[in-house]
Amino acid sequence: MTSSSPAAPRGRERRPRDSRVGDKIFMNLARGAGILLLVIMAAIAGFLAWRSGMALSNNNGNFLTTFEWTPDAPKPVFGIAVLAFGTIVSALIAMVIAVPVAIGIALFISHYAPRRIAQPFAYLVDLLAAVPSIVYGLWGALFLIPHMDGLTSWLNQYLGWTYLFDQTRTGTPRNLFTVGILLAIMILPIITAVSREVFRQVPRMHEEAALALGATRWEMIRTAVLPFGRPGIISASMLGLGRALGETIAVAVVLSANSVLSLHILDAGGGTFAQNIALKFAEAGNNGRDALMASGLVLFVITLLVNGAARLIIARRKEYSGANA
Amino acid sequence: MTTMTTVPEDARPQVGPRLTANRLPRWTPPAVAAGSIAVGCGIGAAAGLQSHLQWGLISALLFLVGGYLISAQVEGRRQAKDRFATSVVWVAFILAVVPLVSLTVYTVQQGIGVVNGNFLSHSMKGVIQSGPGGGIYHALLGTLQQVGLATLIAAPLGLLTAVYLVEYGRGRLAKAVTFFVDVMTGVPSIVAGLFILSLWNLALGFSYSGFSGSLALAILMIPVVVRSTEEMLKLVPNELREASYALGVPKWKTILRIVLPTAIGGITTGVMLAVARITGETAPVMMLVFGADYINSNPFDGPQQSLPMYIWQQYSVVNNDFGYARAWGAALVLIAFVMGLNLIARGIARWRSPKGGH
Amino acid sequence: MKLQRNGRSKALAIGAMALVSSLSLAACGSDNNTNTASGGSNGSSAAAAAINCGKAGTLLGAGSTAQAPAIDVWKTNFGSSCSGTTVNYSGGGSGAGVQQFNQGKVAFAGSDFALKPADVDASKAVCTGGKAIDLPMVAGLVSLVYNVEGVDNLVLDGPTAAKVFDSQITKWNDPAIAALNPGAKLPDAEIQTFHRSDDSGTTFNLTSYFAKTSGGAWSAEPSKAWKGKGGQSANGSAGVSAQIKQVKNSIGYAELSYAQTNNLKSAKIATGAAQPVEATAANAANTIASSTVSGTDGDLALSLDYGTKADNAYPIVLVTYEIACDKGNKAETLDTLKSFLTYTISDGAQKSIGDKGYVPMPAAIGDKVKAAVGTLA
Repeated sequence: MTSSSPAAPRGRERRPRDSRVGDKIFMNLARGAGILLLVIMAAIAGFLAWRSGMALSNNNGNFLTTFEWTPDAPKPVFGIAVLAFGTIVSALIAMVIAVPVAIGIALFISHYAPRRIAQPFAYLVDLLAAVPSIVYGLWGALFLIPHMDGLTSWLNQYLGWTYLFDQTRTGTPRNLFTVGILLAIMILPIITAVSREVFRQVPRMHEEAALALGATRWEMIRTAVLPFGRPGIISASMLGLGRALGETIAVAVVLSANSVLSLHILDAGGGTFAQNIALKFAEAGNNGRDALMASGLVLFVITLLVNGAARLIIARRKEYSGANA
Repeated sequence: MTTMTTVPEDARPQVGPRLTANRLPRWTPPAVAAGSIAVGCGIGAAAGLQSHLQWGLISALLFLVGGYLISAQVEGRRQAKDRFATSVVWVAFILAVVPLVSLTVYTVQQGIGVVNGNFLSHSMKGVIQSGPGGGIYHALLGTLQQVGLATLIAAPLGLLTAVYLVEYGRGRLAKAVTFFVDVMTGVPSIVAGLFILSLWNLALGFSYSGFSGSLALAILMIPVVVRSTEEMLKLVPNELREASYALGVPKWKTILRIVLPTAIGGITTGVMLAVARITGETAPVMMLVFGADYINSNPFDGPQQSLPMYIWQQYSVVNNDFGYARAWGAALVLIAFVMGLNLIARGIARWRSPKGGH
Repeated sequence: MKLQRNGRSKALAIGAMALVSSLSLAACGSDNNTNTASGGSNGSSAAAAAINCGKAGTLLGAGSTAQAPAIDVWKTNFGSSCSGTTVNYSGGGSGAGVQQFNQGKVAFAGSDFALKPADVDASKAVCTGGKAIDLPMVAGLVSLVYNVEGVDNLVLDGPTAAKVFDSQITKWNDPAIAALNPGAKLPDAEIQTFHRSDDSGTTFNLTSYFAKTSGGAWSAEPSKAWKGKGGQSANGSAGVSAQIKQVKNSIGYAELSYAQTNNLKSAKIATGAAQPVEATAANAANTIASSTVSGTDGDLALSLDYGTKADNAYPIVLVTYEIACDKGNKAETLDTLKSFLTYTISDGAQKSIGDKGYVPMPAAIGDKVKAAVGTLA
């Protein structure tokens, strides 16, 4: 009778008048929201680009390769090399730890745990998504750091030959590795919560079909649940990544920031975009603010690239997703 | 723990493929777990490892490997893989529980001592911060209003955008919106704050207020709402939509009555995640709301306080035992507050959602 | 299904409870803390008698976090005798404060630094017919805090301290340190130095001291961003203090108040005076009293004598300013601003922050500020 797929919003056939008007209003409302969003975002992007441009024209160093950050000096020199490196490395560590564990927890809640454990645990995870980052920061500084000493020296002792885990300077474990772990803990609840909702939506019939064919529970999950949930998992991970990339206060409290770029992730030091913005903003002059905006713009671009890649993966995998095309 | 049994009539569907296969008894996983913990602790103690974290990691590793090997011997590879996956999921669960519980317990321990009626019902006006006394009422009220306003702006906007993207969006506009929503997830909170500051407070000349803070918070909230809602709407089976259309229900009613209610659980989770994220924001609030030590119940005029800003000030500026106590107390209240919101939202979502399914 | 319905009603009940409790909470808030503020406010009544309240209203100020605790004490005392006036100070950093001031959003700014010429130019847009000036208001000192077991009376001098913070001296039992501390049991351990990761006036004052007294050991210009080599960093004086407390064989720097509240030991400084100088408010006051006004045209920016060799003069001092328009302050806040600043520079107010780790402004400077505040228009 009417169009059978969301792909064709305007049905050719005649429908009762009121519903057509209703449809039109609703669609325009939805489209209006989208357009409004677009305008806001474009304005922010434009604003950032404008301010960054002012800072970049005053820069006496190479913005991409300079290590220092002194935009308010008489001869401003600032660059994002250390910040970009630190941001990517810490977010990478966080994702490597958090995504598998979060999928595990989401599966645990949706498919493994007895209902009596699953419900309260799901609430606990939601609760942890609610913990403000300043609390994570304080907990990290006062509780996590003292407990990281053992693990750091152990990693250094047995995995020091990998270069990555080689600790070249003594010091507290206020390094990128610890930041990565803290970020992993912070984004765990977000990824878990969204993945869990996705896993819950897996059609029962898919699961039962797999089991009826004699699959073990793991085989059922691998063939029915995970492929269905893949786009959702990726989206959830992107939300988590967004928080990991943009996390400010917790990183600022935990990391021993400096302007040294080093692959030894157990050495105290490094920096991230958001942390640098938080630390430098309070005392920044005009050019300093604009320079910080420019670094914010780079964060934008990084987020965009990662999200774009994720969208590509989702699009390529669509045929397996089992959800709607 | 796991529900593998030798009884084929078991109510659970996960029954082994062959009834004659060798099966491990039910107590095997707990036994393996207990064994590996004992051995793990033994190794840890023997090697003189300081951190109990490592003891736990060694035990977990032993549990995974041991369980797999035993099962592979007795039950064959497929079953062993299944048991291995089960173990991994359990280990992930425990791995996550440790820091999460530690965080919760730590906050409660530090904060519970200071939270009382007086703390909840008084502001900091007239209190010298380096001394005792005072409360968080002004901050709690400010957070409530700022987050409430931000949600009022962001949730409908985000929801409608997601509906547009999933149900209507084709072509360039939809692509552009998707693109910018992706970019938006990477907006550092300070940038959102500066944008509102330049636009709302400087260009348009409004003064500091809770509302200008909400505007920045809404910017931070929208992408989370859109992204999670979008994902949930996509999961609504097309069959439901088609059935609705087949009955002659117009599209907008189908969306409002069928699609959204079906996805309401996930949407609620998404909105609550977003609320949780903005409730903890410090930087843009400090820039736009200014902060105050007195009660200002009008979010549209004059400086207000917010809980995260309060926590930050008590920690970094006051920085003594009284400040720490108030900071942890406020953190505890903040978490409880978001959790309360979460429960309410879930209650509503369950009440409104269609019956059946899972 | 039954199970689920049970769960649902339970969730609803909990939700309703939370809603009700939060609503009941909303009804009973109070600004009245007179019963609870028992400690800390003594002395306020004495000071209160002298306060001239001016016009009632709200006064916004923003800036330096270093002076936030001082302003907190003052606004509380001021508010207790002038109930019609609310002073609201937001400690978001000096740079942010100056920007907010130049945007016309606050009546005064607190700053760890004297205004730069560019900032003064920008201020002319807000101060109709006038410009922004610096008024020295809150004085303090930076102490070198350390945590070394068995060492209680550490003495350092300019060159040695500079080398320690620049990683040129890396062991506690280095001959240079040993020479200054005869008889002390210095451990054979690496020095863990901590500096601020954020930009700050504290760093600026410390590096100014290094630049003046280290005899070339400190090569970088004084700056609010840390320029030394090596070491670890932490966010804010609170973060640095927390690290010194946690980490053995460490040394860092923080304002005196942080050293006091965290029970950290402060190094004495060998300045060339007869005795090494202890980090106390009284000793810092001696240095500040001898500083000269370097500002011109009504501006009271100070030039501090970091290289002082006088007896009992602690060299690493800091002075933070209030920034206001000399002419052209906003009409609706001018009266309140003047009465508040008149109060803060009064002897009673300066004395009341003495036990918070600050240094009451010496009369030599204070009198000039009092005169300047009186002429604000």
